[in-house]
Amino acid sequence: MKQLSTKVTGNGHGQDSSYFLGWEEYEKNPYDEIKNPNGMIQMGLAENQLCFDLIESWLARNPDAASLKRNGQSIFRELALFQDYHGMPEFKKAMAEFMEEIRGNRVTFDPKKIVLAAGSTSANETLMFCLAEPGDAFLLPTPYYPGFDRDLKWRTGAEIVPIHCSSSNGFQITEAALQQAYQQAHKLDLKVKGVLVTNPSNPLGTALTRRELNLLVDFITSKNIHLISDEIYSGTMFGFEQFISVMDVLKDKKLENTEVSKRVHVVYSLSKDLGLPGFRVGAIYSNDEMIVSAATKMSSFGLVSSQTQYLLSALLSDKKFTSQYLEENQKRLKSRQKRLVSGLESAGITCLRSNAGLFCWVDMRHLLDTNTFEAELDLWKKIVYNVKLNISPGSSCHCTEPGWFRVCFANMSEGTLDLALKRLKTFVESTDCGRMISRSSHERLKSLRKKTVSNWVFRVSWSDRVPDER
Amino acid sequence: MKQLSTKVTSNAHGQDSSYFLGWEEYEKNPYDEIKNPNGIIQMGLAENQLCFDLIETWLAKNPDAAGLKKDGQSIFKELALFQDYHGLPEFKKALAEFMEEIRGNRVTFDPRKIVLAAGSTSANETLMFCLAEPGDAFLLPTPYYPGFDRDLKWRTGAEIVPIHCSSSNGFQITESALQQAYQQAQKLDLNVKGILVTNPSNPLGTMLTRRELNLLVDFITSKNIHLISDEIYSGTVFGFEQFVSVMDVLKDKKLEDSEVSKRVHVVYSLSKDLGLPGFRVGAIYSNDEMVVSAATKMSSFGLVSSQTQYLLSALLSDKKFTGTYLNENKKRLKIRQRQLVSGLEAAGVTCLKSNAGLFCWVDMRHLLDTNTFEAELELWKKIVYEVKLNISPGSSCHCTEPGWFRVCFANMSEETLDLAMKRLKEYVESTDSNRLISKSSHERIKSLRKRTVSNWVFRVSWTDRVPDER
Repeated sequence: MKQLSTKVTGNGHGQDSSYFLGWEEYEKNPYDEIKNPNGMIQMGLAENQLCFDLIESWLARNPDAASLKRNGQSIFRELALFQDYHGMPEFKKAMAEFMEEIRGNRVTFDPKKIVLAAGSTSANETLMFCLAEPGDAFLLPTPYYPGFDRDLKWRTGAEIVPIHCSSSNGFQITEAALQQAYQQAHKLDLKVKGVLVTNPSNPLGTALTRRELNLLVDFITSKNIHLISDEIYSGTMFGFEQFISVMDVLKDKKLENTEVSKRVHVVYSLSKDLGLPGFRVGAIYSNDEMIVSAATKMSSFGLVSSQTQYLLSALLSDKKFTSQYLEENQKRLKSRQKRLVSGLESAGITCLRSNAGLFCWVDMRHLLDTNTFEAELDLWKKIVYNVKLNISPGSSCHCTEPGWFRVCFANMSEGTLDLALKRLKTFVESTDCGRMISRSSHERLKSLRKKTVSNWVFRVSWSDRVPDER
Repeated sequence: MKQLSTKVTSNAHGQDSSYFLGWEEYEKNPYDEIKNPNGIIQMGLAENQLCFDLIETWLAKNPDAAGLKKDGQSIFKELALFQDYHGLPEFKKALAEFMEEIRGNRVTFDPRKIVLAAGSTSANETLMFCLAEPGDAFLLPTPYYPGFDRDLKWRTGAEIVPIHCSSSNGFQITESALQQAYQQAQKLDLNVKGILVTNPSNPLGTMLTRRELNLLVDFITSKNIHLISDEIYSGTVFGFEQFVSVMDVLKDKKLEDSEVSKRVHVVYSLSKDLGLPGFRVGAIYSNDEMVVSAATKMSSFGLVSSQTQYLLSALLSDKKFTGTYLNENKKRLKIRQRQLVSGLEAAGVTCLKSNAGLFCWVDMRHLLDTNTFEAELELWKKIVYEVKLNISPGSSCHCTEPGWFRVCFANMSEETLDLAMKRLKEYVESTDSNRLISKSSHERIKSLRKRTVSNWVFRVSWTDRVPDER
């Protein structure tokens, strides 16, 4: 008799894909400025390490928050016992207001519609359990975060059907692609329950345009299905444009309080904006009471530590801190992204033009031997083993075109980033064809910059999701 | 088309049962010594509030642990980024040693076989995902913790088949009850994957005897199935006997490193022994590498906050603290249990003789109008509404005999417990029929104490599991 479940013996956890090799290689030989200057530089981790100093100063000024005290008095007992799956009211209030602040206070979030979870990993899985039966499908635009294969499908039994996006229009979602994906699901005899998008996108690093958001809302309205908008990177928007949430679109289309609005759910987390993946703070926001109710009960399987809820409710309730943080975060991300982009350019490499996220979606198609995923893997291995950079190959996030890679920029110092770019440039220039390509890429770049075709968006961004992170 | 999953629309979350009424009533009218002395006293919550002072003192002496510092230096960044699903090594080591200490250092726990989870709620569900397919069954001795209906079955699709235990032998597990349950599962066309026991038992408050443990190990050996031993209350043993873990039995039967040992899994948590349900700390311990590996990946859905792992690794690494704590915890629980037992006796009410846990399994059969569950519910409503005590009716934990209730004693002050006992005594004496019963109960108790039938164990314990707790 089979002793262990198929969840254990199968590979539904999604972690057998070859790109984990890069992660393992990094672990064996991690770069250290002093101790191991020739080691591998980790560029596959979408972490935000740029603003810790701001949080550390806040902590130093507000010692009670971490020390389990309120106004100097210990509230240890209260916190030790607090396990209410409705979450700490002060914390949900602060979260709702922080989410509003990120959206320029144009939309409101009701704390009662927030369900806390142990990270967005838990939030996304819980939403799947609420919306899909085993065998039901969600449509996801490619490329998408590799962890979704595990988070959305593994224990839930749900399926993912890709909405193919291509570089021809900067990987934007089109009506045709949506319809095609929907029909494909039908061909596979799968019932489509909804669409899930990450906005801003991982791995693209771009915010969905208003056009795309309208398209999505219209689509789910006509098909009578759900829309999950994972807005985990909403606070990492550094472009000139503001972040437009699906909630903005509902408001602008006057769809608040309608049937459709009950099928639109937002997922959030503090892992990227605040750089706190270790604290396990995620949230589901839904206008559907039944979902809020069921998800709340399900959150028993992944509650946020009361110790952490207390610390963060104090942090996020400090509006002086939050506005300063969001502004500074934006600035630093912008300058760091610029650094990566120019470094890549001097190596003759372009990226998709990004305005958010902690990574760039890099176009290395010209460095492939052939336009195949095998060639992409070969190139990737060279970059990992020879150039000693762990970046993430586009195939692991189901990109339909070979040659794209996600390269992170917010998880290392400026000096390390410069070194990484130097190594890459050396590599590109050292390979024979690379030398020619590099020059022609450079020419190509110069000519492209002169173009003013409005729908020609160079967007580059991709972050490899390693076992624990995205 | 069905918009939400059946997990949402059905009541498999198990929270529609009438006993939640008691919880709601308590919330409307909670006892407070000063502000609401006639309110409902909460005796349905299995919390351990007896030793917070010990932890508070330790926190005051070791401010770095909560303050996110190590040797005075901030390690905030390190913790903020730490999301490795293998867990903080220092914490797993400290947890392993704490588990060994609870078992008198007779058995060893390898930290590498520990998988952390957000509470044992998460740990138990994860184990189910690893061991059972939808439709597979686990056998559980009754009465059992009501939360298992949700934790083990809701999202996993697994089934529970009860192993009926009766008061005739103090609710101990017998061979025939095991066989009967196994056959019942087969009649229902369910594939039995294993047995799950809580040891010490919730709601009974008793430890499994060595005889029962041997029986269980022999049974799973012959049927080639798993045994999950939820030892969440292992640190609350206050009787003269030591706690005997299933790990002790494996060792004594020389089954360590055998095939059988790979099918024995222990679940633990710090919610009861240390009184920290809010911090969400649970663990799975398994000798099966595949289970450890899969459960580790699944723990992504419920990781323990790094902030909390750090605090508790410091706390549990302090052996002076753990030694003092376990000792003192035992003493205080013992005294408090005695207080409850004598208070009940003075009201002519007996309990199952208990040696562990935070509750007693109280025999109120003599107070029922008829020997039915309807009568049990009637009695329970009177106790909630008139006596103003929220205790938990045995029917909610699938007890096969009406009239048993779980009454908690470790979540309130001595005075509050006294008041609760006074109220109960008044109630019992006030009802006409009860006046007679009370006297005869008292006689009955006196005569029973004179008996020396070794297998006549008076055991009383049951704790209602409210939405968030057990």
